[in-house]
Amino acid sequence: MTIVDDIAGLRRILAESRVIAVVGLSASWHRPSYFAAKYVQEHGYRVIPVNPNYESILGETCYPSLAAIPGTVDIVDCFRKPGEMPALAREAVAKGAKVLWMQLGIRNDEAARIAGDAGLAVVQDRCVKIEHARIMGGLNWAGVNTGVISARRPVHGS
Amino acid sequence: MPDHKFGFDTLCLHAGQIPDAATGARAQPIYQTTSFVFDSADHAASLFNLQTFGNVYSRISNPTVAALEERVAALEGGRAALATATGMAAQTVALLTLARAGEHIVAARTLYGGTYSQLAVTFAQFGIDVTFADTDDPAAFRAALKPNTRAVYAETIGNPQLNVCDIAALAEVAHGAGVPLVIDNTLASPHLCRPFEHGADIVVHSLTKYLGGHGTTMGGIVVESGRFPWDNGNFPQMTEPSRGYHGVRFYETFGDFGFTMKARMETMRTLGPTLSPLSAFLLLQGIETLHLRMPRHSESALAVAQHLARHPAVDWVSYPTLPGGRYEALARQYLPRGAGGILTFGIKGGKLGGAAAGVKFIEAVEILSHLANVGDAKTLVIHPASTTHRQLTEDEQRAAGVSPEMIRLSIGLETLADILWDIDQALEKSQQ
Repeated sequence: MTIVDDIAGLRRILAESRVIAVVGLSASWHRPSYFAAKYVQEHGYRVIPVNPNYESILGETCYPSLAAIPGTVDIVDCFRKPGEMPALAREAVAKGAKVLWMQLGIRNDEAARIAGDAGLAVVQDRCVKIEHARIMGGLNWAGVNTGVISARRPVHGS
Repeated sequence: MPDHKFGFDTLCLHAGQIPDAATGARAQPIYQTTSFVFDSADHAASLFNLQTFGNVYSRISNPTVAALEERVAALEGGRAALATATGMAAQTVALLTLARAGEHIVAARTLYGGTYSQLAVTFAQFGIDVTFADTDDPAAFRAALKPNTRAVYAETIGNPQLNVCDIAALAEVAHGAGVPLVIDNTLASPHLCRPFEHGADIVVHSLTKYLGGHGTTMGGIVVESGRFPWDNGNFPQMTEPSRGYHGVRFYETFGDFGFTMKARMETMRTLGPTLSPLSAFLLLQGIETLHLRMPRHSESALAVAQHLARHPAVDWVSYPTLPGGRYEALARQYLPRGAGGILTFGIKGGKLGGAAAGVKFIEAVEILSHLANVGDAKTLVIHPASTTHRQLTEDEQRAAGVSPEMIRLSIGLETLADILWDIDQALEKSQQ
């Protein structure tokens, strides 16, 4: 099963990943992609912007494509239209990423298959910021039903 | 592996509250603070921009209140919730987030009197027009729709008529017009009915009643299902840049809890009917036993209804699941686990009339509490014609579903035989 949709699986992805390439990141502060990227950057992840229209965003060098990124990438976080996902999935596979993450409102079965066949974990129709806050804490302060039920004290820094 | 699905009873105790990260406290801490320090200027900016989740000021969010919000959202099977100071405030916040001046709401005719006044009088002053439709007739709701209708509003169980509304039929009417169905689920509580399972889009509650359950604390809540398509063209305030919150597009940014975020960051933030942390704590204590209290309320109320139906001093009894009643079929569909603790009956009045007998009954009760509330752990009684509806003429009372001989009971958790004993001795005195 390559599509990850359960709390334990999402928690594992968020705990084991450090570098997130945000494809389609906007430099406008009120755009959802900027919200999400700024949030994950503040929560200890390295954000690498991917957008041919900018030099740098959030203090990080912006690259025109995944292939142009010099180092390794854990999560490819996609803010692009569903139709562009299969091509992006192939790029993510070529880049050696571990996770193809399609943002809230984005689903594409072909992209999920391409990434899944190459051994990537696939998340779709979920926001990386909302899921991090849901599972690691914070979203509950917004009155959202996180689905998290536990009698264990949360460990700091997780 | 899919997530384990926890049962309703577990959610009553756990949803929204894991042990406190800072102290390990098992019970919900009361964060009795107005404000929260920022880590840095940049953190403050991120919070104000909604780029990170966190607390700024308790008018907008507070961790104790948030635990309550998540718990009720979970019990209703919803996506997110926003607590308010009272049930009336919950309706206000929900409906003012949906409808603006020049727009229109279709509402059930049999609403709680306070809600009727809010919609008919106060909302009219805001320029929001409300049409009241026959609650038993979904076609009347459809006929009342206008191009500028932005919500359909009804109660699971009407008060004081105890009519049961056909939620699925009203949802179909609302969705046909591209607007959400808003259901006040106060008298059922999510233990007896979960309106989202029948197609409702937003649920409101007075937490003061069964959810709090002990008559100690005022509160209300707005719950969002997370399923309404806010980008259908009828709600530009959900999809266009927000004037009230520097350009944020709530639906695009927050998705299936965008309505709750808009209600919180615009309506609640600017109107201010916030629930206090201490009240949220008290309401949470009540909710921990909701699943134990509701069956008992329902069983005792049905037993009282059956007892009254056989009583020579009683003309009629209204309780949703009473055999032969007008709403029996709808109650079977929507309230299969019971119909809660509220019932009404008509007292026989002899030559003095039902109103006089009603007053005598109220003055004769020993352990039934005479007050204007419902959903307490204690049994409550009121004679609407001489109290809540006394300013109205008899015709106006009847239009509101109140007849002179009507007594309303909210059956509590006392020993059933004691409740019946008190009713019987008071009925006897009422006939003298």
